[in-house]
Amino acid sequence: MTALLEISGLSKAYPGVVANDDVSFAIQPGEVHALLGENGAGKSTLVKMIYGLVKPDHGTMRLKGVPYAPAEPRAARAAGVAMVFQHFSLFDALSVAENIALGMEAPPKPRDLAARIRDVSQAYGLPLDPFRLVGDLSAGERQRVEIIRCLLQDPKLLIMDEPTSVLTPQEVEILFHTLRKLAAEGTAILYISHKLEEIRTLCDAATILRLGRKVGACTPRDVTAAHMAELMVGKSLAQPARDTHAPGAVLLAVTRLNLRATTPFGTSLQDVSFSVRAGEILGIGGVAGNGQDELLAALSGEISAVPDAITLNGAPIGALGPNARREKGVLCAPEERLGHAAAPEMTLTENAVLTGRIRRGLDRGGFVDWTRARGFAQDIITHFDVRTPGTEVAARALSGGNLQKFVIGREILQDPTVLVVNQPTWGVDASAAAAIRQALLDLAQGGAAVIVISQDLDELLEISDRFCALNTGRLSVARDARGLSMEEIGLMLGGAHDMAEVVA
Amino acid sequence: MIVDPVTLMVALITVATPVLLAAIGELVVEKAGVLNLGVEGMMIMGAVCGFVVAHHSGSAALGFAAGMAGGAALAMLFAVLTQLLMANQVASGLALTLFGLGLAALIGVGYGGLPLPTVYRPFPEALRDIPVAGPIVFSHSVLVYVALMLVAAVWVVLTRTRIGLVLRAVGENHDAAHALGYKVVRIRIAAILFGGACAGLGGAFLSVVRVQNWLEGMTAGAGWIALALVVFASWKPWRVLLGAWLFGGIAALQLRLQAAEVGVPVALLDASPYLITIIVLVIISSDRSRAALNAPAMLGRIFHTSG
Amino acid sequence: MIALEKRPQPARGWVIGAPLLAVLLTMVAGGIMFAALGKDPVGAIRIIFWDPLFSEQFSGYSRPQLLVKAGPLILIAIGLSLGFRAGIWNIGAEGQYIVGALCGAAFGLAFWPSTHPLIFPGMVLAGVLGGVLWAMIPAFLRVYARTNEILVSLLLVYVAEAMLASAATGWLRNPDGAGFPGSRNLARHAGTDNPELIAGTGMHWGVLAAFVAVILAYVIMTRHVLGYQIRLAGQAPRAARFGGVNAGRLVILCMGVSGALAGMAGLFEVSGPAGRISIDFNVGYGFTAIIVAFLGRLNPIGILLAGLLLALTFIGGELAQLMLGIPAPAIQAFQGMLLFFLLALDVLANYRVKLKRRVAV
Repeated sequence: MTALLEISGLSKAYPGVVANDDVSFAIQPGEVHALLGENGAGKSTLVKMIYGLVKPDHGTMRLKGVPYAPAEPRAARAAGVAMVFQHFSLFDALSVAENIALGMEAPPKPRDLAARIRDVSQAYGLPLDPFRLVGDLSAGERQRVEIIRCLLQDPKLLIMDEPTSVLTPQEVEILFHTLRKLAAEGTAILYISHKLEEIRTLCDAATILRLGRKVGACTPRDVTAAHMAELMVGKSLAQPARDTHAPGAVLLAVTRLNLRATTPFGTSLQDVSFSVRAGEILGIGGVAGNGQDELLAALSGEISAVPDAITLNGAPIGALGPNARREKGVLCAPEERLGHAAAPEMTLTENAVLTGRIRRGLDRGGFVDWTRARGFAQDIITHFDVRTPGTEVAARALSGGNLQKFVIGREILQDPTVLVVNQPTWGVDASAAAAIRQALLDLAQGGAAVIVISQDLDELLEISDRFCALNTGRLSVARDARGLSMEEIGLMLGGAHDMAEVVA
Repeated sequence: MIVDPVTLMVALITVATPVLLAAIGELVVEKAGVLNLGVEGMMIMGAVCGFVVAHHSGSAALGFAAGMAGGAALAMLFAVLTQLLMANQVASGLALTLFGLGLAALIGVGYGGLPLPTVYRPFPEALRDIPVAGPIVFSHSVLVYVALMLVAAVWVVLTRTRIGLVLRAVGENHDAAHALGYKVVRIRIAAILFGGACAGLGGAFLSVVRVQNWLEGMTAGAGWIALALVVFASWKPWRVLLGAWLFGGIAALQLRLQAAEVGVPVALLDASPYLITIIVLVIISSDRSRAALNAPAMLGRIFHTSG
Repeated sequence: MIALEKRPQPARGWVIGAPLLAVLLTMVAGGIMFAALGKDPVGAIRIIFWDPLFSEQFSGYSRPQLLVKAGPLILIAIGLSLGFRAGIWNIGAEGQYIVGALCGAAFGLAFWPSTHPLIFPGMVLAGVLGGVLWAMIPAFLRVYARTNEILVSLLLVYVAEAMLASAATGWLRNPDGAGFPGSRNLARHAGTDNPELIAGTGMHWGVLAAFVAVILAYVIMTRHVLGYQIRLAGQAPRAARFGGVNAGRLVILCMGVSGALAGMAGLFEVSGPAGRISIDFNVGYGFTAIIVAFLGRLNPIGILLAGLLLALTFIGGELAQLMLGIPAPAIQAFQGMLLFFLLALDVLANYRVKLKRRVAV
């Protein structure tokens, strides 16, 4: 049977980097085809070419035997190719129906559209209320909006870019159920991910990319995850070195922390309680949008809380501001690298002053000692292998992984008593991520208390001593991380938000 | 009765119209995510162009058209600076105002006091003579009714049409709109030009109909009031109308109180429209939930695509 | 087609080159504007920029005027620049200038006809306080009621002008003035005057204050933690909060400083060059200072130079009015054009122009 999509020799280069080099593969109708690779392997660029966002330098594509070269996404959609991006193109202040209408070429009249949304979303097990504001939806529900938007256009090929990064395990099951149903109806699915076990569960075929080239193809069910991992990475990564040791005294305790959301679409924290001991890593899991940013802001001091709600060695610090907490040894690394953890237009030296001023003594009587600041920045760069031409480079000129190493390194070199990090390896390449995780483990081993907030369950289970989960602003009871099953974790993360019962 | 309510209401509507036009135009611009502080400059350009052309051509309609063109031309400068050259919107808007005030004064040299054609009033004499309702509803010049229709039209377009939806989307999240294939820059430039034309029309009404003269700096802050009105209205067209009438009422009332020599110091009366505008602004802004939800999320942010 | 690519760092050369090129382009565009008015373009440009400084005929009078005009511009612009850098837009400096002048003049006139040496310093203090208080209104409204400070500070300018009119015709009116509006003349009275400190240079206390302000601002912005926090708040507000910057306190501080400097400038002006409180003693320095701030790229040294340049255009403009009959508003248009060109050229400092060819598939 003619392949639905045939790609031959597709290549694309940008100044300084080859994104895709001579990639060829084919997808059959009704097939769930995985596109595997690490961050930076070229998956996104390849898929953007298929969707018409980027023009290839060389190579051809054929859709159902006919030459296919979309000039823009509109042409791709007209040809029957739909895509659900990793970062949603949604408008918070507009309703579900309005959002979907904006993503369609010729949307039907509002009343008809609302009816169609209800019908299609029910049929595929992803119910949606057309009149709710998108800003009020959870991450999983927002993804539903994106998917329904695609499904309403009757696509022949549905491309999904890292869809499960925002879902609980139960929601993943429901998504897979939907995708299998689509595949059975003849729609092909191109599924981009780096999550090997999911691909083994869901996909019929896989193409593996590394550094822009196709390095392998396989049938996921027939091979082990380890085999695919090796193909993806090209070498075996060392497991982080970890000593088991008995944790010390309780350093940080949070008791019944209540915080009202500061933005209209934020999450209120309710009755959050936990404690962390010296030498221990507490992992806080949870899909984005369940209060992680608010929790970090409460711990860093950006938002004030009741003084007794947060205590350090028994002393209340809940009402202290960020710099007062730094003085006491509580340091934080927020999720957003550019704009929050670091000022994008400022140099690395100036960014070193951002949090290091107090503990590294970078100011004398109100005047900044720029020489010492430069020295501190250089220390961070050397110790944490930050690839940069120097200290006077703007933060936004660094790659994601390098900037993250700088941000985390900046806090670690200040010798914290307690360190809180939010999404420490998000969007970071594999070797930098491994280095960051090792640094966190070393810090804990040195006696600090470490809190890691992350969406990456694999990462949390790898490095945490104890694990708990944030769900709609509430924190589950912390359990020992060793021996936790996926089922238990999924339930801690909140199950599936009013999704249809899955018939297995 | 110190102040006759009927003539007050007639005056209210007349005073409100220039500000209403400018504000409804700026509402569209801000809904698209752009903050144009140059409203004062565009209004005064409209005032001078309207006056000059109306005087020379003998046609008020041509004057109005010229006012729109003048405002739009100045707005084009702002559009190029902020949408194509990525300049800071606050600085660009201020530059527009300062430049506009100077340029308008320059163009208007020597035109003060010159004669103007009369403006068309659509309703017949008979209707105008009805007591109370006659003057208030039927005696205005055509532009007043145009302004009201414009408010309605903007409301319909923004809430019920596709182009209105796209414009709102651009103002909410320009990156997402761009990812969906909408031409953010083009839409914003169109919105800015529309805003300029509206402000210019408002200015032309001021010089050709209300004051019937040209004076340097005659807008006297009306552009800034219009900007405040958009915030007061929480970016909703019908509330802009309400706000404009409120401002018009206060401005008209304070002039009458001055003439009636009520005993309130002249300075306070002169300052009252501005003080009341400030108070209203404060009340609206401090209501956290409402203000946050209605302000277009991208207001004032620079849009830049890479590759 | 032409595409703009953001540079990793602002290009050094353009940061200095852009203002210079903007001045050049303004001269050209201004020349065209003058030609359209029927005046000799080259002659007009020469009269505005060259003659006041170097011509035998005029420079004797004009050169001292340079500092007189530049002093208040620089003083106000320095205050504005701190706030602008932090994203705090004080557009109502004109109003703070007026209120400062009123408060200072009122203080001086309250002790009339005394010539005690402490009166003038008291006037300066009163002027500062007046400016600060007037600026605190938008500051507090922004911090505690989330109200846009651009609109509030601007609208307060009109209120201040109303107060000025009422003062000139009422509560500050000269009782010996035969009923004409305007206060007593402060500049010609020993205790309240703001004299020329070095003869023939036009330098009065206000000019000195401007120079001191430039130096202090330079030190603060480059070496002090406050300067760092201001830059941080303007560039990355969330990072600033993370770094412990108290946003509300920063707003009040920056608005307070700009109000103080504007008020001071108003006081120096009304007790010096302007001489007395009159309905229209304010000539728009508060607004022109905004142009000076941007032209100087919000940098103290840049503001010093930009202030001198704009003062030159004021003086040259007066000369052009006198000698060539160029109407007064032309200079305001000219100054607005300068800001336009600067903003337009700024793009080159932050973005690289690339010519992209359409790639054939």
